[in-house]
Amino acid sequence: MESCFHCGEDCLDELIAYDKKSFCCSGCKTVFEILNSNDLSYYYDLEKTPGISPKLNEGKYDYLENTEILDKLLEFDHESTQIVSFSIPSIHCSSCIWILENLNKLNKGIKSSQVDFPKKTIRLSFSSEQISLKNLVILMARIGYEPNISLENFDKKEAGVDRSLIYKLGVAGFAFGNIMFLSFPEYFEINEFWLDQFKHLFRWLMFSFSLPVVFYSGKDYFISAYKGLRSGILNIDVPIALGIFVLFIRSTAEIALDLGTGFFDSLSGLVFFLLLGKFFQQKTYSFLSFERDYKSYFPIAITRVSSENEKTIEEQIQVYKIKKGDTVLIRNEELIPMDAEILEGKANIDYSFVTGEADLVKKTNGEKVYAGGRQKGNLIKLKVLKPVEQSYLTELWSNEVFQKDRLSGFQSLTNKISKNFTIAVLSIAVLATSFWLFVDPSIAWNVFTAVLIIACPCAIALAAPFTLGNLLRIFGKKGLYLKDASVIERMAAIDTVVFDKTGTITTTGQTTAVYEGLDLTEEELQMLGGSLKASSHPLSRSLYSILNNNGIQTPDSYKEYVGAGIECDFKGKRIRIGSAKFTGESDLMENAMGKTAVHINSNEQYKGCFSFKNTYRKGMSSLFKKLSKDKYLIILSGDNEGERDRLKSLLPIESGIHFNQKPGDKLEFIKQLQHGGRKVMMVGDGLNDAGALAQSEIGIAVSEDINVFSPACDGVMDASILSNFDDYFQLAKKGVGIIQTSFLLSLVYNVTGLVFAVTGNLLPVVAAILMPLSSISIVVFTTLATQFASRRLKI
Amino acid sequence: MSIIYMLLAISVVVAIIFFVAFIVSVKKGQYDDVYTPSVRMLFDDELVKTDLKENQPVKKVKSN
Repeated sequence: MESCFHCGEDCLDELIAYDKKSFCCSGCKTVFEILNSNDLSYYYDLEKTPGISPKLNEGKYDYLENTEILDKLLEFDHESTQIVSFSIPSIHCSSCIWILENLNKLNKGIKSSQVDFPKKTIRLSFSSEQISLKNLVILMARIGYEPNISLENFDKKEAGVDRSLIYKLGVAGFAFGNIMFLSFPEYFEINEFWLDQFKHLFRWLMFSFSLPVVFYSGKDYFISAYKGLRSGILNIDVPIALGIFVLFIRSTAEIALDLGTGFFDSLSGLVFFLLLGKFFQQKTYSFLSFERDYKSYFPIAITRVSSENEKTIEEQIQVYKIKKGDTVLIRNEELIPMDAEILEGKANIDYSFVTGEADLVKKTNGEKVYAGGRQKGNLIKLKVLKPVEQSYLTELWSNEVFQKDRLSGFQSLTNKISKNFTIAVLSIAVLATSFWLFVDPSIAWNVFTAVLIIACPCAIALAAPFTLGNLLRIFGKKGLYLKDASVIERMAAIDTVVFDKTGTITTTGQTTAVYEGLDLTEEELQMLGGSLKASSHPLSRSLYSILNNNGIQTPDSYKEYVGAGIECDFKGKRIRIGSAKFTGESDLMENAMGKTAVHINSNEQYKGCFSFKNTYRKGMSSLFKKLSKDKYLIILSGDNEGERDRLKSLLPIESGIHFNQKPGDKLEFIKQLQHGGRKVMMVGDGLNDAGALAQSEIGIAVSEDINVFSPACDGVMDASILSNFDDYFQLAKKGVGIIQTSFLLSLVYNVTGLVFAVTGNLLPVVAAILMPLSSISIVVFTTLATQFASRRLKI
Repeated sequence: MSIIYMLLAISVVVAIIFFVAFIVSVKKGQYDDVYTPSVRMLFDDELVKTDLKENQPVKKVKSN
């Protein structure tokens, strides 16, 4: 089969030959034409089939003429210069960067554009006198780069980037390097004339370099230790802060009283390594957001109909401005952002977004529709019952779980051992000091400070950040994008996994159709193919692609009955495709089966029906088997019970299956499990799981295309790796084991150091060797161990 | 040997200049997107003049 020159998809439905190249649809061809005629065909040289097939609905952007909305979107607006930033989910390769940064070649009104590839955003500077924002957006959509403009953009406040950790790391690294140079001569204790001459200068220079390290780079440790102590917790920052403080005081005292050179090198090195650990742990996926709510899905504007002086006015209005009682229009493929009642038109609403139920819901005049549904079909007119923020769906977000800090109940491994560690260090310090007070009071102070310095748990504090940071990167490479490193630690403790059904363990794209009824002849199949091809109804489209007929007949006449079916004539033969009623089968039958089906009637004789089934992702059964070894599995579905038997056969016997679960029910269900003392992971996909994802210990959103938005969660998983999910659990557990081993290793260093410390022999050079050695060996050990563990699991 | 005072002063000053340059570049957001510039620098700004009839790139024109 030929593949499209523009987007690389197989040319399934049609093949358009143009300029000796083949295209899968006219949209792709148009993009090629636009680019080619503007001398931008280098786009296709840069990468093979880089394009995105444009799906354009021009009327959709009418709201960009509303000045109020423009004001919110534009970052800068002065005379002939406007600046705007958009998020474009379809950016995926270097060709995308090139074409988007050459937009000015397509329209003179565009001054410049800059792409941020990791974030998938573009910043455009243009002149609104030459091109309006609406036309700019349409231009981008026309070449396949449709910006994502949602309600979220409206509320957006420019979030300042927090770069303070980089500054702190920079300061510490700068000081560390300089202090190392300055302290080097004294490591060897050579009594040389020039060295004695200059050592005071060197020491005071080191002192001044260490000031920003202690008071700027290290200040978070003091703050965190203080906060911990105030709430009665001995966290790992307490011994660290104590160590930094003692290092600084003792070193300053030593150089002031001319007793020695101090430990400024160890001090700055310690802070530098600690911050490096923090920095490493901070792996962010800037193109993903883990904090999304309904605002990322809802449109920014909607068409409102009002009548004034007996004239009807249609206007694009900001969604928040819609009040109860307003009349609004919803077009094909538009999302309904509020609860409303249908005034006119037939609604075919896709609620998969809210309930997970894949089937379209039919509604007519006077019936209620709820926020979050997507209209498929003709225009409908609605009367608003509840505005956006009070709608049935958005009320879910007023649930307290969305305000709660989910880390509050979790105690990390590091903090667990830090309590005992701190107490042990303090008692050793006190014991050793009191011993020396009796034996030789002159070195008691030395011993006391030395113990606190050497016991400063740098290696312990580094073990978790480097292990988890490494695993975070390994997971990310494979397609499991976690929000932060602590998720891995929590993952190791999970004992219950709850799966959503639709879209999570079933695929969203592929469905299979099973035919039941009288056999169809070859001719009838060809007629069926021809009729389905002519129809634009989603069910016809999917059935057409499933059947994938070799030969089709083109119908002589074609008639579509809205909400019922299609009727086609072929040389005197007639075929009717659609609902049971339309094809002459009783409605009872359809309801009894509880399935989505397309019925066939040929020459006034009912033949049978194709019923659709979701296909389960590959490897689900073996995944469930593996997971159920040490975890309790549950399936929650928003769907009806039609699939119970099929699911049962996939699942191990003891797992639970629950159907007809509304978003709120799922949340409550998770809460119940947690009350029973279980550590729950929720694996879901849509907004309907948002509550459950937020309530559970870990919420993972499964997505077939990670560029498409997922609801707020702790991690986004590429659907293709779901069948190997078990391995990730194993690896998380291994990670915790590695951290524990590192703790042992660093204890060995601490004990070695303590021997020097309690005997009163801690020389600066010993501290300067021991401290980086322990830190670096922990870093090396954790890195190698995590790599090794992931190799062995082959993920 | 008192030259060492001057050498020290110079070395510290040079180090601080680079340090300040680093801080300023971070502040300006130069490290926010470290991927796109690596791709961008490989573009040649080339526009391909295409004659549709022959479908052959005729010449490459540097736009700068």
